[in-house]
Amino acid sequence: MFENVVNLLPELWVAFGQTLTMLAIGLSAAVLLGGPLGILLFLVADGQSLENRPFAVVLGWIVNTVRSFPFIILLVALVPLTRIIAGTSIGPLAAAVPLSFAAVPYFARLVEQNLREVPRGVIEAAHAMGASEFQIVTRVLLVEARSGLVLALTVLAISFLSYSAVAGVVGGGGIGDLAIRYGYYRFETDIMVVTVAILVVLVQLIQFGGNRLAKRIDQR
Amino acid sequence: MNAPLPQAQAQPRSLIRIEGACKSFALPKGGSFDAVRDVSLDVYEGDIFGLIGKSGAGKSTLLRLINLLERPDSGTITVDGQELTRLSKRGLRAARQNIGMIFQQFNLLQNATVYDNVAFPLRIHDALNAPRLAARVEECLEVVGLADKADSYPAQLSGGQKQRAAIARALASRPAVLLCDEPTSALDAETTRALLDTLRDINLRLGVTIVIVSHELSVLGAICNRVAVIEDGALAEQFDLADTAVPRKTALGRELAWYGTEGYTQAAWKGVERV
Repeated sequence: MFENVVNLLPELWVAFGQTLTMLAIGLSAAVLLGGPLGILLFLVADGQSLENRPFAVVLGWIVNTVRSFPFIILLVALVPLTRIIAGTSIGPLAAAVPLSFAAVPYFARLVEQNLREVPRGVIEAAHAMGASEFQIVTRVLLVEARSGLVLALTVLAISFLSYSAVAGVVGGGGIGDLAIRYGYYRFETDIMVVTVAILVVLVQLIQFGGNRLAKRIDQR
Repeated sequence: MNAPLPQAQAQPRSLIRIEGACKSFALPKGGSFDAVRDVSLDVYEGDIFGLIGKSGAGKSTLLRLINLLERPDSGTITVDGQELTRLSKRGLRAARQNIGMIFQQFNLLQNATVYDNVAFPLRIHDALNAPRLAARVEECLEVVGLADKADSYPAQLSGGQKQRAAIARALASRPAVLLCDEPTSALDAETTRALLDTLRDINLRLGVTIVIVSHELSVLGAICNRVAVIEDGALAEQFDLADTAVPRKTALGRELAWYGTEGYTQAAWKGVERV
């Protein structure tokens, strides 16, 4: 029964690597671009130190719009942009472009939400001591919200593990894509079971690691 | 009593001067609320100055005007000869090193040790090199009696200890003024008394001028030398606590009269002895 699986082992390895590549690129983009965007969303909101309603409305609207796209449509719609950035429109690197595009506003919202949990008084105390906006971000907000931010990244990683399955549409590959091509289209149930089992294990590992780290760095 | 003396010789220096300060807030349903109405006030060097009033009277807002956590709509704030309302953002940040502040909810960084909390104001201003910073932090923790808690996180401390850590943090940059916003309202009676002793000690030994907001008469009665009563955002009256000869205008002022008397001082000392 498992000979299908054994035959497929080399391809499984490749798929595993592709999944990790897509996740790594998507999550890096989320942290590097979505993180600052989320901080900005927080700072310009009502009652915060850089309060600016028109800017906050426009920024919020852009974030919501990108987040409204069903991922598969975003994937196709972004093909021209993908060609410019990745030089090709197929393969895991190409799939990483729309993946990143979706991950940035998603993570930005998660960051914004976590920063809102930082007690106002602590931010105020920092202002009273003469901290600059930048110092408040780096020494207060990110420090106080750090365990929530780790959990946010965990949520993001798990969501994008399943988003990456859709990347098969542009030949992105990955484990999810393998499940769809062999398990779903070709009715090879054993492949389906094995690939889904791998995804289950991956999700459990990511969540476990995230929880552990979040707990360790939380002194509240 | 005495006719007003020709001032100047005995009058200490005005450390905080609020002149014609007004502050109103926009209400969510439209309209506005006048939290502080045309208040002018002097706090002199070495004072422990109390602000008292009912909740919503504007005493906290008035306190927060002093370090410009709230910027007045009109009027000026001068602290230690510097007119804060004229300063640039950068200038104000530097000036705030001279004004410590503590809060009802302590507002410590939860993910930082007591040591790092106290070091915070020194680090953000890049005030001292590493060995001097360490020495200063330890000195401040010594003053509030928390030297052994330097490596603890706030969650591991009692309420009183958290407030002491907050005081150490406020003192780190050697401020001339310490603003206290309901500093004992989250503490029990005994802890309150010990904390007030610490504040008095800081005032006497370090010469830090203190402005304290509280709704508890006993707190202000125990440590203030001067008190201002705030009603509906306006200054209703101010007096020396010890000066019980002049009739008080407000109910709160009259209630505070007892705290200026010999009887109270004795009662308070008995209380301290029992602890």
